[in-house]
Amino acid sequence: MAVIRDIMPAFDLLQPSSAAEAQKLLQQNGPDAWVMAGGLDSFDWLKDRIKKPRVLVDLSGVEELKGVRPASDGGVEIGAMTTLTEVVRHPFIKEHFALLSQGAELAASPQIRNQGTLGGNVSQDARCHYYRAGWPCYRAGGNICYADTPTGRNREHAILNADRCVAVNPSDSAPALIALDAKFVIQSSKGQRVVDAEDYYIGPDIDITHLNILQPGDLLTAIRIPATYAGATFYFEKIRDRNVWDFALLNVASAIKVSSGNIDQMRIAVNGAAARPLHLTAVEQFAKGKPRNAATGEEAGKIAVQGAVPLQFNAYKIPLMRNLVKRAIAGVEVTS
Amino acid sequence: MEVMFDMPDESNIKEVLKGVSRRKFIQGVIAGGAGVSAATYLFRASTATSAASAGERLITINVNGRDRRVDVMKQETLAMTLRYKLGLTGTKIGCDRAECGACTVLIDGVPRYSCSTLTHTVRNAKVLTIEGLAKEDGTLHPVQQGIIEEQGFQCAFCMSGFVMASVGFLQTNPNPTRAELAHGISGNLCRCQDYDKILTALLRGAEIMRGEATHA
Repeated sequence: MAVIRDIMPAFDLLQPSSAAEAQKLLQQNGPDAWVMAGGLDSFDWLKDRIKKPRVLVDLSGVEELKGVRPASDGGVEIGAMTTLTEVVRHPFIKEHFALLSQGAELAASPQIRNQGTLGGNVSQDARCHYYRAGWPCYRAGGNICYADTPTGRNREHAILNADRCVAVNPSDSAPALIALDAKFVIQSSKGQRVVDAEDYYIGPDIDITHLNILQPGDLLTAIRIPATYAGATFYFEKIRDRNVWDFALLNVASAIKVSSGNIDQMRIAVNGAAARPLHLTAVEQFAKGKPRNAATGEEAGKIAVQGAVPLQFNAYKIPLMRNLVKRAIAGVEVTS
Repeated sequence: MEVMFDMPDESNIKEVLKGVSRRKFIQGVIAGGAGVSAATYLFRASTATSAASAGERLITINVNGRDRRVDVMKQETLAMTLRYKLGLTGTKIGCDRAECGACTVLIDGVPRYSCSTLTHTVRNAKVLTIEGLAKEDGTLHPVQQGIIEEQGFQCAFCMSGFVMASVGFLQTNPNPTRAELAHGISGNLCRCQDYDKILTALLRGAEIMRGEATHA
Protein backbone atom coordinates (compact mmCIF):
# COMPACT_ATOMS: atom_id res chain seq x y z
CA MET A 1 0.00 0.00 0.00
CA ALA A 2 1.22 3.40 -0.92
CA VAL A 3 2.44 5.55 1.89
CA ILE A 4 0.34 8.65 2.17
CA ARG A 5 2.37 11.71 3.04
CA ASP A 6 -0.41 14.27 3.25
CA ILE A 7 -1.72 15.64 6.52
CA MET A 8 -4.09 13.30 8.35
CA PRO A 9 -7.83 13.70 7.78
CA ALA A 10 -9.49 16.03 10.25
CA PHE A 11 -10.63 14.92 13.66
CA ASP A 12 -11.61 16.75 16.77
CA LEU A 13 -8.90 16.73 19.41
CA LEU A 14 -10.03 16.69 23.02
CA GLN A 15 -7.34 17.26 25.63
CA PRO A 16 -8.62 16.50 29.13
CA SER A 17 -6.46 17.30 32.14
CA SER A 18 -7.90 14.76 34.59
CA ALA A 19 -8.75 11.07 34.45
CA ALA A 20 -12.36 11.79 35.40
CA GLU A 21 -12.71 14.30 32.59
CA ALA A 22 -11.07 11.88 30.15
CA GLN A 23 -13.42 9.08 31.16
CA LYS A 24 -16.41 11.40 30.79
CA LEU A 25 -15.34 12.44 27.29
CA LEU A 26 -14.93 8.79 26.31
CA GLN A 27 -18.36 8.06 27.71
CA GLN A 28 -19.96 10.98 25.85
CA ASN A 29 -18.41 10.11 22.50
CA GLY A 30 -18.79 6.34 22.77
CA PRO A 31 -17.62 4.38 19.71
CA ASP A 32 -16.72 7.64 17.90
CA ALA A 33 -13.87 8.30 20.34
CA TRP A 34 -10.32 7.10 19.88
CA VAL A 35 -8.09 6.98 22.95
CA MET A 36 -4.61 8.33 22.24
CA ALA A 37 -1.86 7.60 24.77
CA GLY A 38 1.61 7.94 23.19
CA GLY A 39 0.02 7.90 19.75
CA LEU A 40 2.47 5.50 18.12
CA ASP A 41 -0.18 2.85 17.44
CA SER A 42 -2.74 5.51 16.53
CA PHE A 43 -0.97 7.48 13.80
CA ASP A 44 -0.44 4.52 11.43
CA TRP A 45 -4.18 3.92 11.39
CA LEU A 46 -5.03 7.58 10.98
CA LYS A 47 -2.37 8.46 8.40
CA ASP A 48 -3.28 5.46 6.26
CA ARG A 49 -6.99 6.39 6.47
CA ILE A 50 -7.79 2.88 7.69
CA LYS A 51 -9.53 4.09 10.84
CA LYS A 52 -11.27 7.43 10.79
CA PRO A 53 -12.34 8.38 14.31
CA ARG A 54 -14.36 11.57 14.68
CA VAL A 55 -12.88 12.40 18.06
CA LEU A 56 -9.40 11.85 19.48
CA VAL A 57 -9.09 11.93 23.26
CA ASP A 58 -5.46 12.81 23.98
CA LEU A 59 -4.37 11.61 27.41
CA SER A 60 -0.93 13.24 27.35
CA GLY A 61 -2.07 16.12 29.54
CA VAL A 62 -3.48 13.92 32.31
CA GLU A 63 -0.74 14.10 34.94
CA GLU A 64 -2.48 11.80 37.44
CA LEU A 65 -2.15 8.91 34.98
CA LYS A 66 1.64 9.23 34.96
CA GLY A 67 4.24 8.03 37.39
CA VAL A 68 5.49 5.02 39.34
CA ARG A 69 4.19 4.68 42.88
CA PRO A 70 5.79 2.03 45.10
CA ALA A 71 3.18 0.62 47.51
CA SER A 72 3.72 0.06 51.21
CA ASP A 73 3.33 -3.73 50.84
CA GLY A 74 6.30 -3.97 48.48
CA GLY A 75 4.26 -3.87 45.27
CA VAL A 76 4.07 -1.01 42.83
CA GLU A 77 1.41 0.92 40.93
CA ILE A 78 2.32 2.30 37.52
CA GLY A 79 0.14 4.96 35.89
CA ALA A 80 -1.07 3.89 32.45
CA MET A 81 0.47 7.02 30.86
CA THR A 82 3.95 6.36 32.25
CA THR A 83 6.38 6.12 29.33
CA LEU A 84 8.25 2.90 28.67
CA THR A 85 11.53 4.76 29.22
CA GLU A 86 10.38 5.80 32.70
CA VAL A 87 9.40 2.19 33.42
CA VAL A 88 12.79 0.95 32.20
CA ARG A 89 14.78 3.49 34.21
CA HIS A 90 12.80 3.48 37.44
CA PRO A 91 15.08 2.22 40.24
CA PHE A 92 12.29 0.54 42.23
CA ILE A 93 11.05 -1.44 39.23
CA LYS A 94 14.62 -2.29 38.25
CA GLU A 95 15.40 -3.54 41.73
CA HIS A 96 12.29 -5.60 42.42
CA PHE A 97 10.53 -6.24 39.11
CA ALA A 98 13.38 -6.23 36.60
CA LEU A 99 11.35 -8.57 34.39
CA LEU A 100 9.17 -5.61 33.40
CA SER A 101 12.19 -3.33 32.83
CA GLN A 102 13.68 -5.98 30.52
CA GLY A 103 10.48 -6.43 28.53
CA ALA A 104 9.84 -2.71 28.18
CA GLU A 105 13.44 -2.03 27.14
CA LEU A 106 13.09 -4.46 24.23
CA ALA A 107 10.05 -2.70 22.75
CA ALA A 108 10.40 -0.63 19.59
CA SER A 109 13.09 2.10 19.51
CA PRO A 110 14.44 4.66 22.03
CA GLN A 111 12.30 7.50 20.68
CA ILE A 112 9.21 5.32 20.74
CA ARG A 113 9.94 4.23 24.32
CA ASN A 114 10.36 7.92 25.22
CA GLN A 115 6.82 8.60 24.04
CA GLY A 116 5.02 5.28 24.10
CA THR A 117 3.30 4.43 27.36
CA LEU A 118 2.87 1.25 29.38
CA GLY A 119 -0.92 1.50 29.02
CA GLY A 120 -0.53 1.93 25.27
CA ASN A 121 1.94 -0.93 24.97
CA VAL A 122 -0.36 -3.40 26.69
CA SER A 123 -3.42 -2.17 24.77
CA GLN A 124 -1.99 -1.87 21.25
CA ASP A 125 -3.77 -3.48 18.32
CA ALA A 126 -2.63 -6.45 16.22
CA ARG A 127 0.11 -5.97 13.63
CA CYS A 128 -1.13 -8.44 10.99
CA HIS A 129 -0.16 -6.64 7.78
CA TYR A 130 -3.44 -7.47 6.05
CA TYR A 131 -5.42 -6.03 8.93
CA ARG A 132 -3.20 -2.95 9.26
CA ALA A 133 -3.40 -2.30 5.52
CA GLY A 134 -7.16 -2.06 5.70
CA TRP A 135 -8.15 -5.40 4.11
CA PRO A 136 -11.73 -6.29 5.07
CA CYS A 137 -10.74 -9.30 7.19
CA TYR A 138 -12.52 -10.91 10.16
CA ARG A 139 -10.72 -8.62 12.59
CA ALA A 140 -11.83 -5.58 10.58
CA GLY A 141 -15.43 -6.81 10.72
CA GLY A 142 -15.32 -8.74 7.44
CA ASN A 143 -15.78 -12.39 6.57
CA ILE A 144 -12.38 -13.75 5.52
CA CYS A 145 -8.80 -14.14 6.72
CA TYR A 146 -6.17 -13.22 4.14
CA ALA A 147 -3.24 -14.50 6.19
CA ASP A 148 -4.52 -18.05 6.73
CA THR A 149 -4.45 -19.10 3.08
CA PRO A 150 -1.95 -21.33 1.24
CA THR A 151 -0.15 -18.29 -0.17
CA GLY A 152 -0.88 -15.79 2.59
CA ARG A 153 2.03 -14.11 4.36
CA ASN A 154 1.70 -15.63 7.81
CA ARG A 155 5.25 -15.98 9.09
CA GLU A 156 4.47 -13.72 12.06
CA HIS A 157 1.08 -15.27 12.86
CA ALA A 158 -0.48 -17.52 15.48
CA ILE A 159 0.27 -21.15 16.27
CA LEU A 160 -2.18 -21.48 19.16
CA ASN A 161 -5.83 -20.72 19.87
CA ALA A 162 -6.55 -19.27 16.43
CA ASP A 163 -10.21 -18.99 15.48
CA ARG A 164 -10.72 -17.64 11.93
CA CYS A 165 -8.35 -14.70 12.69
CA VAL A 166 -4.69 -15.73 13.06
CA ALA A 167 -3.25 -12.38 14.22
CA VAL A 168 -1.12 -12.27 17.37
CA ASN A 169 -0.79 -9.84 20.25
CA PRO A 170 2.34 -7.70 19.73
CA SER A 171 3.01 -6.42 23.28
CA ASP A 172 6.38 -7.01 24.98
CA SER A 173 5.34 -5.75 28.39
CA ALA A 174 2.16 -7.87 28.56
CA PRO A 175 3.85 -11.27 29.15
CA ALA A 176 6.11 -9.70 31.79
CA LEU A 177 3.07 -8.29 33.57
CA ILE A 178 1.25 -11.63 33.42
CA ALA A 179 4.31 -13.39 34.85
CA LEU A 180 4.38 -10.81 37.66
CA ASP A 181 0.66 -11.43 38.33
CA ALA A 182 -0.17 -7.77 37.66
CA LYS A 183 -3.67 -6.28 37.91
CA PHE A 184 -5.09 -3.77 35.43
CA VAL A 185 -7.26 -0.94 36.79
CA ILE A 186 -10.07 0.15 34.48
CA GLN A 187 -12.28 3.19 35.06
CA SER A 188 -15.73 3.44 33.54
CA SER A 189 -18.91 5.38 34.26
CA LYS A 190 -19.99 2.52 36.52
CA GLY A 191 -16.87 2.84 38.63
CA GLN A 192 -13.56 1.11 38.89
CA ARG A 193 -12.82 -2.53 38.18
CA VAL A 194 -9.58 -4.43 38.61
CA VAL A 195 -8.79 -7.44 36.42
CA ASP A 196 -5.92 -9.92 36.30
CA ALA A 197 -3.44 -9.15 33.54
CA GLU A 198 -4.31 -12.29 31.57
CA ASP A 199 -8.04 -11.54 31.81
CA TYR A 200 -7.47 -8.15 30.19
CA TYR A 201 -6.94 -10.00 26.92
CA ILE A 202 -9.44 -11.88 24.78
CA GLY A 203 -9.08 -14.24 21.86
CA PRO A 204 -10.98 -14.21 18.54
CA ASP A 205 -13.36 -16.88 19.87
CA ILE A 206 -14.71 -14.27 22.30
CA ASP A 207 -14.40 -11.08 20.25
CA ILE A 208 -12.69 -11.22 16.90
CA THR A 209 -12.40 -7.44 16.48
CA HIS A 210 -10.74 -6.62 19.82
CA LEU A 211 -7.59 -7.80 21.56
CA ASN A 212 -8.68 -6.66 25.00
CA ILE A 213 -11.79 -6.17 27.10
CA LEU A 214 -11.92 -2.35 26.90
CA GLN A 215 -15.37 -1.16 25.83
CA PRO A 216 -16.30 2.34 24.64
CA GLY A 217 -16.14 4.56 27.71
CA ASP A 218 -13.52 2.42 29.46
CA LEU A 219 -10.20 3.93 30.47
CA LEU A 220 -7.18 1.89 31.61
CA THR A 221 -5.78 4.06 34.41
CA ALA A 222 -3.07 2.01 36.13
CA ILE A 223 -1.29 -1.31 36.40
CA ARG A 224 -0.58 -2.78 39.83
CA ILE A 225 2.13 -5.32 40.47
CA PRO A 226 1.80 -7.18 43.78
CA ALA A 227 4.85 -7.95 45.93
CA THR A 228 4.45 -11.71 45.33
CA TYR A 229 7.30 -12.07 42.85
CA ALA A 230 9.45 -9.12 43.94
CA GLY A 231 13.10 -10.06 43.57
CA ALA A 232 12.31 -13.51 42.13
CA THR A 233 14.43 -15.18 39.45
CA PHE A 234 13.38 -13.58 36.17
CA TYR A 235 13.86 -14.48 32.54
CA PHE A 236 12.78 -12.43 29.52
CA GLU A 237 13.67 -13.11 25.93
CA LYS A 238 12.37 -11.58 22.73
CA ILE A 239 12.98 -13.02 19.27
CA ARG A 240 12.67 -10.63 16.35
CA ASP A 241 14.17 -10.03 12.92
CA ARG A 242 15.85 -6.67 13.62
CA ASN A 243 17.12 -5.54 17.01
CA VAL A 244 15.14 -2.31 16.86
CA TRP A 245 11.52 -1.46 15.98
CA ASP A 246 10.44 -5.01 15.23
CA PHE A 247 7.63 -6.66 17.11
CA ALA A 248 8.29 -10.03 18.68
CA LEU A 249 8.03 -13.15 16.58
CA LEU A 250 7.82 -14.70 20.02
CA ASN A 251 8.74 -13.55 23.50
CA VAL A 252 8.74 -15.26 26.87
CA ALA A 253 8.67 -14.00 30.45
CA SER A 254 9.04 -16.04 33.61
CA ALA A 255 9.19 -15.33 37.33
CA ILE A 256 10.39 -18.23 39.49
CA LYS A 257 10.88 -18.62 43.20
CA VAL A 258 13.47 -21.27 43.81
CA SER A 259 14.12 -23.03 47.11
CA SER A 260 17.05 -25.42 47.40
CA GLY A 261 17.20 -25.89 43.63
CA ASN A 262 13.52 -26.69 43.22
CA ILE A 263 10.83 -24.57 41.61
CA ASP A 264 8.69 -23.43 44.51
CA GLN A 265 6.38 -21.03 42.74
CA MET A 266 6.37 -19.94 39.14
CA ARG A 267 4.51 -17.88 36.55
CA ILE A 268 5.32 -17.92 32.87
CA ALA A 269 3.78 -16.24 29.81
CA VAL A 270 4.46 -16.19 26.07
CA ASN A 271 3.39 -13.60 23.52
CA GLY A 272 3.41 -13.62 19.75
CA ALA A 273 1.94 -17.11 19.66
CA ALA A 274 -1.77 -16.29 19.86
CA ALA A 275 -4.21 -13.38 19.78
CA ARG A 276 -3.74 -13.01 23.50
CA PRO A 277 -0.58 -13.31 25.55
CA LEU A 278 -0.65 -16.88 26.85
CA HIS A 279 -0.41 -17.63 30.53
CA LEU A 280 1.06 -21.15 30.50
CA THR A 281 -0.74 -22.65 33.50
CA ALA A 282 -0.13 -26.26 32.41
CA VAL A 283 3.60 -25.58 32.37
CA GLU A 284 3.42 -24.02 35.83
CA GLN A 285 1.53 -27.02 37.25
CA PHE A 286 4.04 -29.41 35.72
CA ALA A 287 7.14 -27.54 36.91
CA LYS A 288 6.03 -26.86 40.46
CA GLY A 289 8.24 -28.72 42.92
CA LYS A 290 10.57 -30.00 40.22
CA PRO A 291 14.29 -29.15 40.07
CA ARG A 292 15.07 -26.03 38.05
CA ASN A 293 17.17 -27.68 35.37
CA ALA A 294 17.33 -28.46 31.66
CA ALA A 295 15.36 -31.71 32.00
CA THR A 296 12.42 -29.91 33.60
CA GLY A 297 12.70 -27.15 30.97
CA GLU A 298 12.71 -29.71 28.17
CA GLU A 299 9.49 -31.35 29.34
CA ALA A 300 7.88 -28.00 30.08
CA GLY A 301 8.64 -26.83 26.54
CA LYS A 302 6.83 -29.85 25.12
CA ILE A 303 3.80 -29.16 27.30
CA ALA A 304 3.80 -25.50 26.24
CA VAL A 305 3.35 -26.26 22.54
CA GLN A 306 0.73 -29.01 22.93
CA GLY A 307 -2.07 -28.35 20.47
CA ALA A 308 -0.04 -25.94 18.37
CA VAL A 309 -1.15 -25.75 14.74
CA PRO A 310 1.28 -24.16 12.28
CA LEU A 311 0.23 -22.17 9.24
CA GLN A 312 2.06 -22.36 5.91
CA PHE A 313 5.06 -20.26 6.93
CA ASN A 314 5.26 -20.19 10.72
CA ALA A 315 6.03 -23.78 11.73
CA TYR A 316 9.39 -22.52 13.05
CA LYS A 317 7.48 -20.95 15.94
CA ILE A 318 6.75 -24.35 17.49
CA PRO A 319 10.38 -25.39 18.22
CA LEU A 320 11.13 -21.73 18.97
CA MET A 321 8.46 -21.57 21.64
CA ARG A 322 9.50 -24.95 23.03
CA ASN A 323 13.07 -23.74 23.41
CA LEU A 324 12.11 -20.34 24.81
CA VAL A 325 10.02 -21.99 27.52
CA LYS A 326 12.90 -24.33 28.28
CA ARG A 327 15.31 -21.41 28.63
CA ALA A 328 12.81 -19.42 30.69
CA ILE A 329 12.72 -22.26 33.21
CA ALA A 330 16.26 -23.60 33.20
CA GLY A 331 18.01 -20.33 32.48
CA VAL A 332 20.83 -19.88 30.01
CA GLU A 333 24.44 -20.54 30.73
CA VAL A 334 26.38 -17.56 29.46
CA THR A 335 29.79 -18.48 28.14
CA SER A 336 32.11 -15.77 27.03
CA MET B 1 -14.52 21.79 22.70
CA GLU B 2 -16.25 21.67 19.34
CA VAL B 3 -15.68 20.14 15.95
CA MET B 4 -13.93 22.70 13.79
CA PHE B 5 -13.35 20.84 10.59
CA ASP B 6 -15.25 21.82 7.51
CA MET B 7 -13.49 21.21 4.25
CA PRO B 8 -12.59 24.54 2.62
CA ASP B 9 -14.89 25.02 -0.35
CA GLU B 10 -13.51 25.63 -3.78
CA SER B 11 -14.16 29.38 -3.92
CA ASN B 12 -12.24 29.73 -0.70
CA ILE B 13 -9.23 27.98 -2.19
CA LYS B 14 -9.38 30.18 -5.29
CA GLU B 15 -9.47 33.24 -3.07
CA VAL B 16 -6.38 32.11 -1.24
CA LEU B 17 -4.58 31.30 -4.44
CA LYS B 18 -5.12 34.79 -5.92
CA GLY B 19 -1.78 36.46 -6.34
CA VAL B 20 0.12 33.20 -6.14
CA SER B 21 2.16 32.49 -9.25
CA ARG B 22 1.80 29.13 -10.93
CA ARG B 23 5.45 28.36 -10.23
CA LYS B 24 5.14 29.15 -6.55
CA PHE B 25 1.99 27.10 -6.33
CA ILE B 26 3.69 24.07 -7.86
CA GLN B 27 6.63 24.50 -5.52
CA GLY B 28 4.21 24.59 -2.66
CA VAL B 29 2.38 21.50 -3.78
CA ILE B 30 5.66 19.63 -3.99
CA ALA B 31 6.75 20.84 -0.58
CA GLY B 32 3.43 20.33 1.13
CA GLY B 33 2.38 17.18 -0.63
CA ALA B 34 -1.16 18.35 -1.41
CA GLY B 35 -2.76 21.29 -3.13
CA VAL B 36 -5.36 22.04 -0.55
CA SER B 37 -3.21 21.94 2.53
CA ALA B 38 -0.32 23.68 0.81
CA ALA B 39 -2.47 26.47 -0.54
CA THR B 40 -4.03 27.15 2.79
CA TYR B 41 -0.84 27.58 4.71
CA LEU B 42 2.25 27.98 2.60
CA PHE B 43 1.30 31.28 0.97
CA ARG B 44 -0.22 33.23 3.79
CA ALA B 45 2.44 35.93 3.43
CA SER B 46 1.73 36.50 -0.25
CA THR B 47 -2.02 36.94 0.06
CA ALA B 48 -3.56 40.13 1.24
CA THR B 49 -6.62 38.41 2.66
CA SER B 50 -5.30 36.01 5.25
CA ALA B 51 -7.90 33.28 5.09
CA ALA B 52 -6.97 30.91 7.87
CA SER B 53 -7.69 27.35 6.92
CA ALA B 54 -10.61 25.69 8.56
CA GLY B 55 -9.69 24.11 11.85
CA GLU B 56 -6.50 26.01 12.47
CA ARG B 57 -5.96 27.50 15.88
CA LEU B 58 -3.45 30.16 16.77
CA ILE B 59 -1.22 28.68 19.47
CA THR B 60 2.15 29.48 20.97
CA ILE B 61 4.89 26.89 21.01
CA ASN B 62 8.39 27.35 22.33
CA VAL B 63 10.88 26.38 19.63
CA ASN B 64 14.61 26.81 20.11
CA GLY B 65 14.07 29.13 23.06
CA ARG B 66 11.65 31.45 21.28
CA ASP B 67 7.89 31.61 21.65
CA ARG B 68 6.46 31.18 18.16
CA ARG B 69 2.86 32.05 17.34
CA VAL B 70 1.51 29.74 14.70
CA ASP B 71 -1.79 28.52 13.25
CA VAL B 72 -2.01 24.79 13.77
CA MET B 73 -4.59 22.22 12.71
CA LYS B 74 -5.62 19.70 15.32
CA GLN B 75 -4.38 16.78 13.26
CA GLU B 76 -1.09 18.47 12.37
CA THR B 77 2.17 16.79 13.35
CA LEU B 78 5.05 18.72 14.85
CA ALA B 79 7.25 17.83 11.85
CA MET B 80 4.70 19.52 9.55
CA THR B 81 4.51 22.62 11.73
CA LEU B 82 8.27 22.95 12.05
CA ARG B 83 8.99 22.48 8.35
CA TYR B 84 6.08 24.06 6.57
CA LYS B 85 4.93 26.77 8.92
CA LEU B 86 8.00 27.80 10.86
CA GLY B 87 10.44 27.18 7.99
CA LEU B 88 12.67 24.98 10.14
CA THR B 89 13.49 22.52 7.38
CA GLY B 90 16.51 21.07 9.17
CA THR B 91 14.07 18.56 10.65
CA LYS B 92 13.54 15.97 7.92
CA ILE B 93 10.55 13.78 7.18
CA GLY B 94 11.74 10.37 6.05
CA CYS B 95 9.12 7.69 6.59
CA ASP B 96 6.47 9.77 8.41
CA ARG B 97 5.68 6.57 10.35
CA ALA B 98 8.04 6.58 13.39
CA GLU B 99 10.30 4.08 11.65
CA CYS B 100 13.40 6.02 10.53
CA GLY B 101 14.31 8.79 13.00
CA ALA B 102 15.02 11.58 10.50
CA CYS B 103 12.44 13.81 12.20
CA THR B 104 13.89 13.44 15.72
CA VAL B 105 13.71 16.60 17.85
CA LEU B 106 14.05 17.16 21.57
CA ILE B 107 10.82 17.80 23.47
CA ASP B 108 11.67 18.96 26.98
CA GLY B 109 15.11 17.47 26.38
CA VAL B 110 13.79 14.04 25.35
CA PRO B 111 14.35 12.71 21.81
CA ARG B 112 11.06 12.04 20.04
CA TYR B 113 9.79 11.54 16.52
CA SER B 114 8.20 14.83 15.45
CA CYS B 115 6.33 13.03 12.64
CA SER B 116 4.41 11.15 15.30
CA THR B 117 3.68 13.96 17.72
CA LEU B 118 0.69 16.26 17.38
CA THR B 119 1.74 19.91 17.62
CA HIS B 120 -1.20 20.62 19.91
CA THR B 121 0.27 18.22 22.50
CA VAL B 122 3.51 20.22 22.90
CA ARG B 123 1.96 23.62 23.63
CA ASN B 124 3.49 23.63 27.12
CA ALA B 125 6.80 22.06 26.16
CA LYS B 126 10.15 23.29 24.92
CA VAL B 127 11.03 22.05 21.46
CA LEU B 128 14.65 21.98 20.31
CA THR B 129 15.49 21.39 16.65
CA ILE B 130 18.82 21.16 14.84
CA GLU B 131 18.57 24.90 14.11
CA GLY B 132 18.67 25.66 17.83
CA LEU B 133 21.82 23.74 18.68
CA ALA B 134 24.56 26.18 17.66
CA LYS B 135 25.22 29.23 19.83
CA GLU B 136 24.10 32.68 18.68
CA ASP B 137 27.68 33.53 17.68
CA GLY B 138 27.74 30.52 15.37
CA THR B 139 29.78 28.21 17.60
CA LEU B 140 28.63 24.71 16.78
CA HIS B 141 27.36 22.24 19.33
CA PRO B 142 30.11 19.73 20.26
CA VAL B 143 28.22 16.92 18.51
CA GLN B 144 28.05 18.99 15.32
CA GLN B 145 31.75 19.82 15.68
CA GLY B 146 32.59 16.14 16.09
CA ILE B 147 30.74 15.31 12.87
CA ILE B 148 32.70 17.94 10.94
CA GLU B 149 36.00 16.71 12.32
CA GLU B 150 35.30 13.05 11.59
CA GLN B 151 33.27 13.62 8.42
CA GLY B 152 30.62 11.37 9.86
CA PHE B 153 27.93 11.32 7.20
CA GLN B 154 27.60 10.62 3.50
CA CYS B 155 24.41 12.14 2.11
CA ALA B 156 23.43 13.39 5.58
CA PHE B 157 19.67 13.39 5.09
CA CYS B 158 19.43 11.47 8.36
CA MET B 159 22.01 13.67 10.08
CA SER B 160 19.83 16.14 11.95
CA GLY B 161 17.82 13.26 13.40
CA PHE B 162 20.99 11.46 14.48
CA VAL B 163 22.39 14.65 16.02
CA MET B 164 19.24 15.37 18.02
CA ALA B 165 18.98 11.74 19.18
CA SER B 166 22.64 11.85 20.28
CA VAL B 167 22.33 15.18 22.08
CA GLY B 168 19.34 13.81 24.01
CA PHE B 169 21.06 10.52 24.78
CA LEU B 170 24.32 12.17 25.89
CA GLN B 171 22.38 14.17 28.48
CA THR B 172 21.52 10.89 30.20
CA ASN B 173 24.88 9.22 29.54
CA PRO B 174 27.70 11.71 28.80
CA ASN B 175 30.42 9.07 28.63
CA PRO B 176 29.01 6.09 26.70
CA THR B 177 30.90 3.16 25.24
CA ARG B 178 30.53 2.65 21.52
CA ALA B 179 27.96 -0.08 22.16
CA GLU B 180 25.98 2.07 24.58
CA LEU B 181 25.88 4.95 22.12
CA ALA B 182 24.83 2.57 19.34
CA HIS B 183 21.95 1.38 21.52
CA GLY B 184 21.08 4.97 22.49
CA ILE B 185 20.72 6.09 18.88
CA SER B 186 19.27 2.82 17.58
CA GLY B 187 16.03 4.64 16.75
CA ASN B 188 17.66 6.29 13.73
CA LEU B 189 18.34 4.76 10.33
CA CYS B 190 21.01 5.71 7.80
CA ARG B 191 20.17 4.65 4.26
CA CYS B 192 23.84 5.03 3.26
CA GLN B 193 24.75 2.42 5.89
CA ASP B 194 27.40 4.78 7.25
CA TYR B 195 26.92 3.70 10.85
CA ASP B 196 30.57 3.08 11.64
CA LYS B 197 31.68 6.59 10.76
CA ILE B 198 28.56 8.06 12.34
CA LEU B 199 29.37 6.37 15.64
CA THR B 200 32.99 7.52 15.46
CA ALA B 201 31.86 11.09 14.81
CA LEU B 202 29.25 11.11 17.55
CA LEU B 203 31.71 9.62 20.05
CA ARG B 204 34.12 12.39 19.07
CA GLY B 205 31.31 14.87 19.76
CA ALA B 206 30.79 13.30 23.18
CA GLU B 207 34.51 13.71 23.90
CA ILE B 208 34.36 17.38 22.95
CA MET B 209 31.29 17.80 25.15
CA ARG B 210 33.23 16.41 28.09
CA GLY B 211 36.10 18.75 27.26
CA GLU B 212 38.51 15.89 26.61
CA ALA B 213 39.24 16.36 22.95
CA THR B 214 41.47 18.92 21.32
CA HIS B 215 39.98 20.31 18.16
CA ALA B 216 41.52 19.30 14.88
